[in-house]
Amino acid sequence: MRNPQLNQHGELQHLLTLDGLPRDILTAILDTAAPFTEVAEREVKKLPLLRGKSVFNLFFENSTRTRTTFEIAAKRLSADVVNLNINTSSAAKGESLLDTVDNLCAMQADMFVVRHAASGAPMLIAQHLQNTGRDHIHVVNAGDGRHAHPTQGLLDMYTIRHFKRDFTNLTVAIVGDVLHSRVARSQIAALTTLGVPEVRVIGPKTLLPTEVERLGVRVFHDMSEGLRGVDVVMMLRLQNERMNGALLPTPQEYYKIWGLTAEKLALARPDAIVMHPGPMNRGVEIDSAVADGAQAVILPQVTFGIAVRMAVMSMLGSR
Amino acid sequence: MNILISNGRVVDPANRVDAVHDVYVSGGKIVALGAAPDGFKAERTIDASGLVVAPGFIDLAARLREPGYEYRATLESEMEAAMAGGVTSLAIPPDTDPALDEPGLVEMLTYRAKKLNRAHIYPVGALTLGLKGERLSEMAELVEAGCVAFSQANVPVVDNTVLMRALQYAATFGFRVWLQPLAPFLSRVGHAHDGEVSTRLGLSGIPVAAETVALYTYLELARLTGARLHITRLSSAAGLALIDQARAEGMDVSCDVSINHVHLCDMDIGYFNPNCHLVPPLRSQRDREALARGLADGRIDALCSDHTPVDDDAKQTPFSESEPGATGLELLLPLTLKWADAAGLPLLDGLARITSDAAKIVGITKAGHLSPGARADVCVFDPAAHVKITREGLRSQGKNTPFLGMELPGKVRYTLVEGQVMFEG
Repeated sequence: MRNPQLNQHGELQHLLTLDGLPRDILTAILDTAAPFTEVAEREVKKLPLLRGKSVFNLFFENSTRTRTTFEIAAKRLSADVVNLNINTSSAAKGESLLDTVDNLCAMQADMFVVRHAASGAPMLIAQHLQNTGRDHIHVVNAGDGRHAHPTQGLLDMYTIRHFKRDFTNLTVAIVGDVLHSRVARSQIAALTTLGVPEVRVIGPKTLLPTEVERLGVRVFHDMSEGLRGVDVVMMLRLQNERMNGALLPTPQEYYKIWGLTAEKLALARPDAIVMHPGPMNRGVEIDSAVADGAQAVILPQVTFGIAVRMAVMSMLGSR
Repeated sequence: MNILISNGRVVDPANRVDAVHDVYVSGGKIVALGAAPDGFKAERTIDASGLVVAPGFIDLAARLREPGYEYRATLESEMEAAMAGGVTSLAIPPDTDPALDEPGLVEMLTYRAKKLNRAHIYPVGALTLGLKGERLSEMAELVEAGCVAFSQANVPVVDNTVLMRALQYAATFGFRVWLQPLAPFLSRVGHAHDGEVSTRLGLSGIPVAAETVALYTYLELARLTGARLHITRLSSAAGLALIDQARAEGMDVSCDVSINHVHLCDMDIGYFNPNCHLVPPLRSQRDREALARGLADGRIDALCSDHTPVDDDAKQTPFSESEPGATGLELLLPLTLKWADAAGLPLLDGLARITSDAAKIVGITKAGHLSPGARADVCVFDPAAHVKITREGLRSQGKNTPFLGMELPGKVRYTLVEGQVMFEG
């Protein structure tokens, strides 16, 4: 079984997941992103790399921030961008996912940026394009179910590399709802691929997936133990609907035990950075003092996100 | 018509026969093995040199999709598939639409099947009306209409009081109850085995406890009520261990497994292959090995296709949104041969799981063996030939199977039903 995101030559054809993505490709994306961060500083923030290409933002699930950063990235590469919120259009009328894709292909799409609530949906689209001989169309996964959010994982790696330079001497903790998090899965895949010697996940048993240690992480339930000596703290968002029910009793109890406060952060290395994929629940998973504190790199993450998405789209679109 | 099947290797598990014999068929029955009966004149001779002559296969679960799901499959298409697969007796699960909960429906289905004159069908009636788990079906009437057992298919009874009453009522008459071990809530939280693969792919997981919790309940209620229990579609080593334990205590319980679960595990989902979306889910490699071993040493009584044709539209969707199930009638023999070979089992014991052993569970006495007087349901196949499984090659309307593209052993050459050649390949 060939990894559906690579072509016969082992080059990136789609970006669907960071799990199994070779280290050299991962590093190449980060390297490509570096000069793009400077584009943002210029007066004219445009590069002609995707001129004449059409990028379709295909969002089957609501998103403002991710869709916007993809849109900005595509526009800075001079692509034409079409935004489609499918949950309010075709899908609601009963059109199948692949029918929607076929219709948009007929409108000469060059790239799909896909967000979908079901794990594997972008992979299905990529396989469909391959089976129907449309190899010139590329798919970028903008988040699928609990499976993957590769550009988020990449921008997180970019951020870590920016602040810490070297991956091979780091201890990184991922805190919170790993079970439902596509971000966490992409982070774990990238961190282990890039040679981070210790990746920890911290959370209650109800929010850590079965056999998660098989992904190459150390499991902690105790926040103090898990944060001790870490270089990077990656917080995860806790969805509102998970806060009261069979997974967690209340947001108050969650905050008390797993919320990141200055006091708990003090257990990490003094130069540790704090990351969050947004949007944050202040007072649930993170205290405002930490979110706005000196160790937080949450806003640089957003800025780097545009450069990383430009890197991915330019690498795919110029192929 | 008088048919002579000459010079074939007769493999008849019920009679422990594995030798080259001529088989004489007349008046829809097997009349003799070896020497010709007096005055026997063959109107047709099938040269079975180099081929295996076996009883037609008995499948414990074949969804023909009628009534209700004719866009997925019809009796016509699936009967052709059965014939091409050498399957001559089919137990039909009740999860049609409407469910097989009414004698009239069962009679209609049986009538339609008889008219087609292909495989014999053995309907399994709905244990509760509409499989809703609320009210008992008219079991006695349904048996009169032709039902051989009662089940809930994949729809577990939520209320254990109802389940207990249903088992008591069935036990009143000595009717068999076939239950699939799915705990009502635990089995519905996910789409794949809860383990490393589901964690990696971000698919919500179904824990093994979905099977074991149900088994604890079923076995306890069967003890209490004296119901004759058959457990369908085991998926886990832990589940099998519970059956072992119940038997060790002297309980009369049988069980089966599907062809998919003795060959595949959750890793075969690969990159979200929806053809591997099944109920129960494909579990770990360790589970698969335990099931294959359990089937080999007879702790699992029978192997079945769990034939579930699904239309392409319902499969070409993201994994979690796809309809579970796989086509299987035409794969029953090849996958039985492949499993028996891997288990180092003689053909005689391998074929037993889809002939004589399966016959016992359904309660079929006049088929599943080649004794003189038996119904002449026969499959003649080439055990050495390999067939590549392709969408085009499958006669079933369901083209969805995890085995697409694989070369599998066993090519059916002739299928006879009641002494008539219904398929030649």
